[in-house]
Amino acid sequence: MISVINFISAWAVPALLIIIPLIGIARKVPVYESFVQGAKEGFTTAVRIIPFLVAMFVAIRIFQQTGMMQYLVDLLSPVTSRIGIPDELIPLALIRPLSGSGALGMLAAIIKAHGPDSLTGLIASTMQGSTETTFYVLTVYFGAVGVRKIRHSLPAALVSDLAGFLVSTYIVYLVFGQ
Amino acid sequence: MINIIWFAMLACGVLAAAVNGDIQTVTRATISGAEDAVKTAFNLIGVIALWSGLIKIAEDAGLMQLLAKLIQPLARALFPEVPRDHPAIGAIILSMSANLLGLGNACTPLGIKAMEELQKLNASKETASNSMCTFVAITASSLTLIPTTVIALRAAAKSVNPTAIVGTTIVATAASTMAAIVADYLFRKTDRGGMKL
Repeated sequence: MISVINFISAWAVPALLIIIPLIGIARKVPVYESFVQGAKEGFTTAVRIIPFLVAMFVAIRIFQQTGMMQYLVDLLSPVTSRIGIPDELIPLALIRPLSGSGALGMLAAIIKAHGPDSLTGLIASTMQGSTETTFYVLTVYFGAVGVRKIRHSLPAALVSDLAGFLVSTYIVYLVFGQ
Repeated sequence: MINIIWFAMLACGVLAAAVNGDIQTVTRATISGAEDAVKTAFNLIGVIALWSGLIKIAEDAGLMQLLAKLIQPLARALFPEVPRDHPAIGAIILSMSANLLGLGNACTPLGIKAMEELQKLNASKETASNSMCTFVAITASSLTLIPTTVIALRAAAKSVNPTAIVGTTIVATAASTMAAIVADYLFRKTDRGGMKL
């Protein structure tokens, strides 16, 4: 199973780089023009997230360097360490369901502090990719149709976030940890 | 919610610095944080543009319709209360396909479209139907095949292998989606209809 996961990781991008344009050409899509058009939108996206990153980076940096982050981690760690979430990832796990751009900023900060290829960096990357901004989805989706009683959807979504965090930790240790 | 959290992070930090007699730290952290944010975003531009370009080709080639056809049986099984030929099924499938392909901008409008179709089938308009809860829980669990932004961030941070996490992400995302489906099913049984937005 581990070799399958590594195989998928290694081949995913090269395969997509070939397969997507190939299907495009087969279906008479002007692949070069489409690519440039999409890349233009991507450029805007990257620029658009700058204000969010500034807001989050500043808040995180102050929270960390004044020692507040450590207090919070010490407070939560008896519970979170029991369910298997490493201390360094508590802040990411807390912010992930609440703010997509906030979590992205947090992930960038963790990767910068621990290195992208460290176990912590790998777990944080996997967590970010495998979970969603739960509160945003619930607010926007139910808000759009005027539903006020959301029943059990919030607890169900939070259970899935927790499962995502735990499995991220477990699977990264399994694949990358010796 | 995020407003309060953001302010609390700033306020607690400044308070802690003041108590520790180390108020200089706040100024230093503020400036270095703002600078690093822009550097990070700048490093992201190339890879995000690359992915958006590829995804645009996929979109133009009609890959979403192809994917939609593949997950159709699954959608039918997950939403037994939706009639077979109702447009809600199609909207749900398109929304899920957009999420799987990572079509960021398309996801929310397609998701809302699906919710509107489900609302037409909903008996009491202010209360979420079973199908709505299932759909929202699955969407909120994240459906990811290639975590493009994370790959971009790792590449920007000079990772030796930015895509190393693709396999682990697919495993973790499958687990979180399974958990959403199971939790939705179990909580539905014990639901008393209480929680409000």
